[in-house]
Amino acid sequence: MAFTISINGSRHSIDVDGDTPLLWVLRDVLGMTGTKFGCGAALCGACTVHIDGVATRSCITSIDSIEKSAVTTIEAIGATAAGARIQKAWLEHEVVQCGYCQSGQIMSASALLASNQNPTDTDIDDAMSGNICRCGTYVRIREAIKLAAQTNTKGG
Amino acid sequence: MKADRIASRSDEANLSRRGFLASAAAFGGGLVLSLNLPFGQSEAGAPGDFAPNAFIRIGSDGQVVLTMPYVEMGQGTYTSIPMLIAEELEVNLEQVRLEHAPPNEKIYANPLLGVQATGNSNAMRGGWKPLREAGATVRTMLVAAAARRWSVDPKSCRAHDGEVIHDASGRHLKYGELAADAAQMAVPESVTLKRPEDFKLIGTPAKRLDVSGKVNGTARYGIDARPPGVKIATLAQSPAFGGRVRSLDDTAAKAVKGVRQIVRLDDAVAVVADHMGAAKKGLAALKIEWDDGPHAGLSSEAVARELEQATLGSGAVAQNIGDADEAIAEAVLKVDAAYHLPFLAHATMEPMNCTVHFRNDECEIWIGTQAIARVQTMAAQAAGLPPAKVIVHNHLLGGGFGRRLEADCAVRAVQIARHVEGPVKVVWTREEDIQHDMYRPYWFDRISAGLDGQGRPVAWKNRFAGPSVIARWLPPGFKDGLDPDSTEGAIDLVYDLPNFHVQFTRVEPPGIPTGFWRSVGPSHNVFVTESFIDELAATAKQDAVAYRRALLGKSPRASAVLDLAAEKSGWGQAMPKGRGRGVALQFVFGSYMAQVAEVEVSKDGNVRVHRVVCAMDCGTVVNPDTVQAQLQSGVIFGTTAALYGEITLKNGRVEQGNFDTYQMLRMNEAPTIDVHIVKSAEPPGGMGETGTSLIVPAISNAIFAATGKRLRKMPVDSNVLKQPA
Repeated sequence: MAFTISINGSRHSIDVDGDTPLLWVLRDVLGMTGTKFGCGAALCGACTVHIDGVATRSCITSIDSIEKSAVTTIEAIGATAAGARIQKAWLEHEVVQCGYCQSGQIMSASALLASNQNPTDTDIDDAMSGNICRCGTYVRIREAIKLAAQTNTKGG
Repeated sequence: MKADRIASRSDEANLSRRGFLASAAAFGGGLVLSLNLPFGQSEAGAPGDFAPNAFIRIGSDGQVVLTMPYVEMGQGTYTSIPMLIAEELEVNLEQVRLEHAPPNEKIYANPLLGVQATGNSNAMRGGWKPLREAGATVRTMLVAAAARRWSVDPKSCRAHDGEVIHDASGRHLKYGELAADAAQMAVPESVTLKRPEDFKLIGTPAKRLDVSGKVNGTARYGIDARPPGVKIATLAQSPAFGGRVRSLDDTAAKAVKGVRQIVRLDDAVAVVADHMGAAKKGLAALKIEWDDGPHAGLSSEAVARELEQATLGSGAVAQNIGDADEAIAEAVLKVDAAYHLPFLAHATMEPMNCTVHFRNDECEIWIGTQAIARVQTMAAQAAGLPPAKVIVHNHLLGGGFGRRLEADCAVRAVQIARHVEGPVKVVWTREEDIQHDMYRPYWFDRISAGLDGQGRPVAWKNRFAGPSVIARWLPPGFKDGLDPDSTEGAIDLVYDLPNFHVQFTRVEPPGIPTGFWRSVGPSHNVFVTESFIDELAATAKQDAVAYRRALLGKSPRASAVLDLAAEKSGWGQAMPKGRGRGVALQFVFGSYMAQVAEVEVSKDGNVRVHRVVCAMDCGTVVNPDTVQAQLQSGVIFGTTAALYGEITLKNGRVEQGNFDTYQMLRMNEAPTIDVHIVKSAEPPGGMGETGTSLIVPAISNAIFAATGKRLRKMPVDSNVLKQPA
């Protein structure tokens, strides 16, 4: 049946089975390839999007569960205050290597920063340990989140 | 520069040294330079056959375009290689645009490998001199063109920031204005390279050129290819290697909404659908009976037993100095050990995938690969077409680590695409990716040493067995039972060992494919060598750093990194109970490094790596930030292997499947990593893999320091370390 969902502020009507994971609707049906496939089982975080601002694994989120919630993806996260700060800090700290997992990392980090202005190391561990980076950019991710938080408190 | 400016290029650009002059006019009044790589020729052993390699194009608009023979998989090559050319060309990095090279072994062969591939940490080692010469050649021709236009001596002109300047008259011309004229200038026979003290880019941290698209979702990886009308397929391959499909019931799968077609191959079944959700649902609905084939009974234990046996026979002698047997027989103390290293999967974050449009008389492929020419050749065989009829579009790689040096995924996609109308993207599930990898080999080492009265080693004898990946991947590289990869890190050690014997027995285990894995041969040999030297120090009751230092008389660069790592790590300072420091030292990929790892072992045997100090001498540093990033990366990659990495076989099948059973190190487990670089004017060494091979013994040696337990088999087994209740 057809579902109408809101992604990055636009309404989309999609005719797929209700148990189809959001990830494949984004990537294959709508062609929004910024959200990545890594494991299909919520084990790696590469597919992280925001649903009503909460970091969510789109690979296990069925399309029929979304209803009226607002989906935000990496393509639009730069339009949020926390997302823009995180992206800037990522570039400043040269976090990225192969980059494949970084959409998910940035989505998790943006959700953290939006809800926690000054995350501690433990807060960062809790928010980010579901996101695997095979290139091992963890050290720089931690530094970049702290940098983004500083610009937060400075009002920048 | 933005990643979206990295265009894909599939046209054949086969320009000979003379041909480039003729091609200049064809390029809209711009300058195209193709170059030979003399370094590569000497390795390939074909003197006189000067194949051009790196391409520089300067358009009449002044845009500098570099065709990149190496691929970007996170290691920073798309920044460091342009730095070499831009340094000598006197342009800033913002003026440079990159294109992926099309498949052409003649033009784009890696000078150290002889084939068009990015691996073995040698992009910078191979490119260091020839790519700077490439930039200098173009600069010299641009200066010559300007000098002729002004009727002045070229020596009175200089290049600066994309312009040629004549200081005496104050005249200057932009490169774009000179490109057409420069193309008519003779290619200089030799050029003068800048002095290191004049470097503006090399040695200064540079921002990566490939990142902006990687933080906003616009970067394109192979898995993001979407040719019009593309269908999505996923597949099940025979769980046992060498098995076949015995029977298939696809009734339920065909009934899934969005499923378009089921493709049955001899040893795999693919579900073709409108989207991956439907393809996966269809796959789950398939009823497949497998004939497990000849390797149905294979187990890891059987592989290990075969390797153990093989080391008892005679192998190919990789290096022999003096008489190790006699010296061991006469030694005051004899030390024996045996080491095991497990199969490992690559687990690139971007699962294996390949998009193919098969059109009877030609075939078009979208993929992210470390070896594009290999993909073209093998896909052509699978398609039944000449290679020239196979068009390959390369992309950014969501991790390579050696996995994307193989073309099996492209071959499989072509086999499926032959049955499909229109383009089809074949995406492997994570489980398929883990269970049908080409694995880091299992290795077994039987090693002995003799110590004199002072505990100093007088003899070293190592017999090891395992596959030769080179023998399959690059057959000419395997000669007389040996290849340079299998033995790197096992021979030519930095230590003074007067009697030394290392032999290798090639054993290809049946029923499990093996391949290159980040840090390749050294991923095995450095673990064995650095664990064993640590055992000798412990046997001699000496400090692990002091013991090594006393053996480094011939290796001042090794001695320097060892001392630096010891100093920065606080070596020798007391540690709390349950914690320990371990040291390891290596010279591989042309770089010297020492690491000190600090670990904590809990009562239940769990290991936490708190801190890693790296001291590195990798010769001239091109991009210091890349060196630091690659060491951080390599250490995390190796720590994952040390703590968790193990692929096991049972009944011919890989037992692991996803990140729950094949674990990765995560943010909350990541150690602090300190990188200290020794200044050097030597040519650059490799960087992408060195951190990985060294951290495994550093961790193991630290566990010994903390617990007194020597681990001779990876990964760490917490049961062995658990304290009795």
